[in-house]
Amino acid sequence: MSHAATHDQHDDHHGAPKNFFQRWCMSTNHKDIGTLYLIFALTMFFIGGSFAMVIRAELFKPGLQLVQPYFFNEMTTLHALVMIFGAIMPAFVGLGNWMIPLMVGAPDMALPRMNNLSFWILPFAFTLLLSTLFMPGGSAAGGWTMLPPLSLQSSSLAYTVFAIHLMGISSIMGAINIIATILNMRAPGMDLLKMPVFVWSWLITAFLLIAVMPVLAGAVTMLLTDKYFGTNFFNPGGGGDPVLYQHIFWFFGHPEVYIMILPAFGIISEVIPTFSRKPIFGYKAMVFAIASIAFLSFIVWAHHMFTVGLPLGADIFFMYATMLIAVPTGVKVFNWVSTMWGGSMTFETPMLFAIAFVILFTIGGFSGLMLAMVPADFQYHDTYFVVAHFHYVLVTGALFAIISATYYWLPKWTGRMYSEFWGKVHFWNSVIWVNVLFFPQHFLGLAGMPRRIPDYNVAFANFNMISSIGGFLFGASQLIFLGVLIHCAFFSRKKAADRVWEGAKGLEWTVPSPAPYHTFDVPPVIHEGDLAHGHPND
Amino acid sequence: MGQQHDAYFVPTKSYWPFVAAVVMFTTVFGAAHWLNAEPGDASFGKTVLGIGFVGVLAMFFGWFRSVIRESLAGSYNSQVDTSFRMGMMWFIFSEVMFFGAFFGALFYIRMFSIPWLGGEGRGVLTHEFLWNHYAAAWGADGGNGPQHIGGAFHTVPAWGLPLLNTLILLSSSVTVTIAHHALRAGHRGKILVFLGLTVLLGALFLNFQAHEYIEAYRELHLTLHSGVYGATFFMLTGFHGLHVTLGTIMLAVIWFRVLKGHFNKEHHFGFEAVAWYWHFVDVVWLALFMFVYIL
Repeated sequence: MSHAATHDQHDDHHGAPKNFFQRWCMSTNHKDIGTLYLIFALTMFFIGGSFAMVIRAELFKPGLQLVQPYFFNEMTTLHALVMIFGAIMPAFVGLGNWMIPLMVGAPDMALPRMNNLSFWILPFAFTLLLSTLFMPGGSAAGGWTMLPPLSLQSSSLAYTVFAIHLMGISSIMGAINIIATILNMRAPGMDLLKMPVFVWSWLITAFLLIAVMPVLAGAVTMLLTDKYFGTNFFNPGGGGDPVLYQHIFWFFGHPEVYIMILPAFGIISEVIPTFSRKPIFGYKAMVFAIASIAFLSFIVWAHHMFTVGLPLGADIFFMYATMLIAVPTGVKVFNWVSTMWGGSMTFETPMLFAIAFVILFTIGGFSGLMLAMVPADFQYHDTYFVVAHFHYVLVTGALFAIISATYYWLPKWTGRMYSEFWGKVHFWNSVIWVNVLFFPQHFLGLAGMPRRIPDYNVAFANFNMISSIGGFLFGASQLIFLGVLIHCAFFSRKKAADRVWEGAKGLEWTVPSPAPYHTFDVPPVIHEGDLAHGHPND
Repeated sequence: MGQQHDAYFVPTKSYWPFVAAVVMFTTVFGAAHWLNAEPGDASFGKTVLGIGFVGVLAMFFGWFRSVIRESLAGSYNSQVDTSFRMGMMWFIFSEVMFFGAFFGALFYIRMFSIPWLGGEGRGVLTHEFLWNHYAAAWGADGGNGPQHIGGAFHTVPAWGLPLLNTLILLSSSVTVTIAHHALRAGHRGKILVFLGLTVLLGALFLNFQAHEYIEAYRELHLTLHSGVYGATFFMLTGFHGLHVTLGTIMLAVIWFRVLKGHFNKEHHFGFEAVAWYWHFVDVVWLALFMFVYIL
């Protein structure tokens, strides 16, 4: 087959189309689609964040002050769904879209049109989900896990279920695209074990996505038929079991937790070596640790369900399997610290967020170990301790990694430097207020304050007020982030170098800043020193 | 992989992905509106659902037409071919996991829920206080739970129509493989015969399954409401039937493409993708026959 002829097909390689609809709605360009994903994720981050502000405002004082309990429950439910499926996951997909082709020397994603579809499903899916807020009867309010029988009482369940189906389709297609890109589009010489850790983390995450998103689709389909078509999957009177839903949901849900943290591990494994000016310590160990965590994620789901009355043997199995995850995770934390050890470190904003990630994510990991112990979990289950735990791993974990990645690659995307001063202001405000926000929630949980309630015992008043103050200020700090981004994209005068950071390695730094509309039209020749791991001609 | 390419291929801009997002949204919005309407309410949901569904069909037609044209124009190199193959393989893997959720539900219910409701293990007290008359059993004697939801029913015997359908699907896997070999040998007449046979066998399967459903509802009183037995039976066989329907349509499209001479000995990924899908549907059926009908 003639390659010369095929290249003519590719008519727009002289630059971006001028027509707005053509450029953004018909795109086959991984950079434009990546940008769309990132802007979408940022928008959803602020929408989900505003829901969190409502929650913290209501919890500022005991008693019902601002909102009705049902609306409060809608806020907790939608905050989670929007942040998980609308902010964190699309942000990672956006970063993957932008960076994976640049990192492996590919011209674009393997299936560019499907890539465009993966993105465009999302705005429609979230329109469907959020529109339920304005419907008579309101949105889903039974928590993001949608446990029956409570979730079956939601009057707009069908909208929620179909929105989740759409998000699942989008995620699966996105994941297929990433796998095909990584396995099929690498430049000659970019062997699997020379790929950046971020690429590795996405390869494994994509596998998890394809494996579990269909399971979630199955679970919510059963909810749909139980509510609207008279099936009895979750009705014990008909031989079903509500706990069955929890098993299926958490078979999805636990790998989902790692879907939201493995790409973060990948990002941190890019940022720390750059600013330590050392190769990552234990590259292969890092890759295999990610793979081990992914494998273990399939056999720990019932640790979310210790209190539902599982057989003792199941409780014990899931307790030990869960604790086992601490081993590969410990390897990763050890290697990040060892990478910094003896390095000539500098502390630009991405590095600050990465170091905060290592420390604060580890705190979240430790509270996770506490929750893994069955006898202890009987005490902590469904308290604010759990809320504190997963916000440490998701906010100071996943979100901090996304922010770190944004600062790290923003000069490559825009061709201009962001304001380091305001970046640092953003960092210090975030890192202080996020701890004021979530650390007291550990104490609240240990003292027995349950999750998902709009009102509470006056004994919890002080810590809740402190947490709410932290919440408002953490939320406000993110407006600084928005300001830094807008300034960098439109107003900054400081040009970025091609190799933005002195110690940065990898193919993405060999292309100009900003990255041209089309990169690597022909497979690049990898030179000595281009790669972070290994040599091009081994 | 590992091959050297002079130049990468990136497809041109296309409005089909955006159209696809719009019609998918229209379909599920219509469906949700319809399902959510109170009984007796006038709902425009059905109309919107219909429009969305037609839109989805049109989208598939249009998108695939443009892909086929590009393929015939020789635009796709071997690297694109590999990407397509990987896409299809991982798509089938996602389908396996989707069926896995329903099979998992079936196994959980048979291994745990039903015995527990009958008083085994952790279910002692539930059984004692709530439903102490309930003797745990699967099938007609207890598969609709302690409240006998849906009333008395009979199960579909495995050795009638289901056995026939098993033989039909297995034969169709053989015929599609013969067609594939014929394609690689370049015998177009033979391909058309055996691929056509495969389509007919698929249609025959669906015909018998429709008969089975009608008989289940009319004679056996086995319905979707027959407790969790009815739910797992109809959801598993129903989703499988839906996949057979899609597979049959895909095979029929491939038959016309063979007729128009779209494939040659080396380049026939479209054929292979559909053949893989058909084998997947076949394997799912074998699992269904085993765990839903026989055991």
